[in-house]
Amino acid sequence: MESTIVKSVNYNAYFGDNHVVKNVNIEIPRNTTIAVMGPSGCGKTTFLRGINRMHELIPGATAKGQIMLNNEDVMEMHPIFVRLKIGMVFQRPNPFPNLSIYDNVIAGYKLNGIKLPKAEKDKIVEDSLTRVALWKEVKDSLTKKGSFLSGGQQQRLCIARAVAMEPEVLLFDEPTSALDPISTSTVEELFHELKKNYTLIIVTHNMQQAARVSDKTAFFYMGELVEYDNTKQMFTNPTDIRTQNYITGRFS
Amino acid sequence: MKSIKINYKYRIGKNIGFQALITVLACGCVVPLIFILVYILKAGITKINWHFLTNLPKPVGESGGGIANALVGSMIIIAIASVIAIPFGILCGIYLSENKKSKLAYWSRLCIDILQGVPSIVIGIVAYFWLVKPLGGFSALSGSVALAIMMLPIIVRSTEETLLLLPDSLREAAFALGMPFHRVILKVIIPCGISGILSGVMLSVARIAGETAPLLFTAFGNPYLSTNILKPMQTLPLLIFNYATSPYNDWHDLAWGASCILLIWVLLLNIFTKLITRKWKVQL
Repeated sequence: MESTIVKSVNYNAYFGDNHVVKNVNIEIPRNTTIAVMGPSGCGKTTFLRGINRMHELIPGATAKGQIMLNNEDVMEMHPIFVRLKIGMVFQRPNPFPNLSIYDNVIAGYKLNGIKLPKAEKDKIVEDSLTRVALWKEVKDSLTKKGSFLSGGQQQRLCIARAVAMEPEVLLFDEPTSALDPISTSTVEELFHELKKNYTLIIVTHNMQQAARVSDKTAFFYMGELVEYDNTKQMFTNPTDIRTQNYITGRFS
Repeated sequence: MKSIKINYKYRIGKNIGFQALITVLACGCVVPLIFILVYILKAGITKINWHFLTNLPKPVGESGGGIANALVGSMIIIAIASVIAIPFGILCGIYLSENKKSKLAYWSRLCIDILQGVPSIVIGIVAYFWLVKPLGGFSALSGSVALAIMMLPIIVRSTEETLLLLPDSLREAAFALGMPFHRVILKVIIPCGISGILSGVMLSVARIAGETAPLLFTAFGNPYLSTNILKPMQTLPLLIFNYATSPYNDWHDLAWGASCILLIWVLLLNIFTKLITRKWKVQL
């Protein structure tokens, strides 16, 4: 029943001579939530940014290997198409400050020059905002600027912006690390909803968060994928000693 | 605390003295501008009226006359210079902010810094050899080119500095939506930095509005109203230069009036720039 949507084959990423992601092989099933955890500098964010080819935007950054999306190698595709299919949400909320809330949600269409009839746009905006549980809060202030919202609302707006493009996979780069606890729990609840339609890959520092929201967990250490298993299995009975040490808090 | 003798009175006195010094000097900076403003306004404002703005200068001996030719000429020459320099400058600024570390960026940044320091008269000479000589005569167009070269460094640097202040997260947000590079620049980066870019443009216009030296042997000046950009044209600074150095009182009056107009023009541009920057600033 589970089919693989994203698969990396011998994926390596570099910053100049610095080898940050080492030979990662991972298979990610459709409609699941994957948590990627590990200590700072272990390459988890770099790996995530490799999936939608954001990694190579950094000067001097290169990558080798394959990332398969539905059996198509994204390394061979044009980054623009990759990023239309794989949405991304960043660590800090980054709505477009020059656009209204409404325009922020359809930014993926508007700024890409895709013309839609007004009714369809309205529908996309309402749907997307409803999916991120923001519609009720902002439906009367859609014309206000995105920066008018609180941090947690801005982050949900950014998720709505990614969701509006109907991607197949959503990448989250420590999506709650800049948010307060209440906003964090709102966003975490969202993950359960979003999982029904999308595959979520979430990079997180926070082990409890990984345990709470994910079906499967990948543990990165020093650029290697150390262990990848069902979250329950991982947190109760890890096979690798390094995972064990990390989970029990012997290093972080 | 150890019993070190500290002369508190002396220290406090020194403190007050220093604060007084910087305050006085700060006020001192305002004095020259106020002095120039008052002096020119006093001498010039009485000369300005509708007749002054809409008539051509009269020959020596006849009273009255205006500066219509210089006003029109200045506007045309500045407009053409802007058309040349603004797209050029903004695009170059975008390149520099997007490619901070490339070799080309290093060299073009260096060239632009040096260009900013090139004396305006030298730029005039260059325009003379590039355009006036090959075209076979003085022309407004060659003046515009000289002024455009002067505008360029200001626009490039202000665009670059404005865009560098925008957070990287903004570009990433745009790229993550699958936007191609040109759309990221046109739809996200420029709209977010528009106030800074515009203020650079306006300041560069204010800067060249009063330039005389590069126009001396390019636009040359013209006592009649001309709108042909391939012919010599009068501008405000040229008119001031020529008439103020003449021996006739009537012409001196014209020069004072023109100075006053030029001053008000530049002043308004500066104030306008401040307003635009405040109004269009995108809250990040």
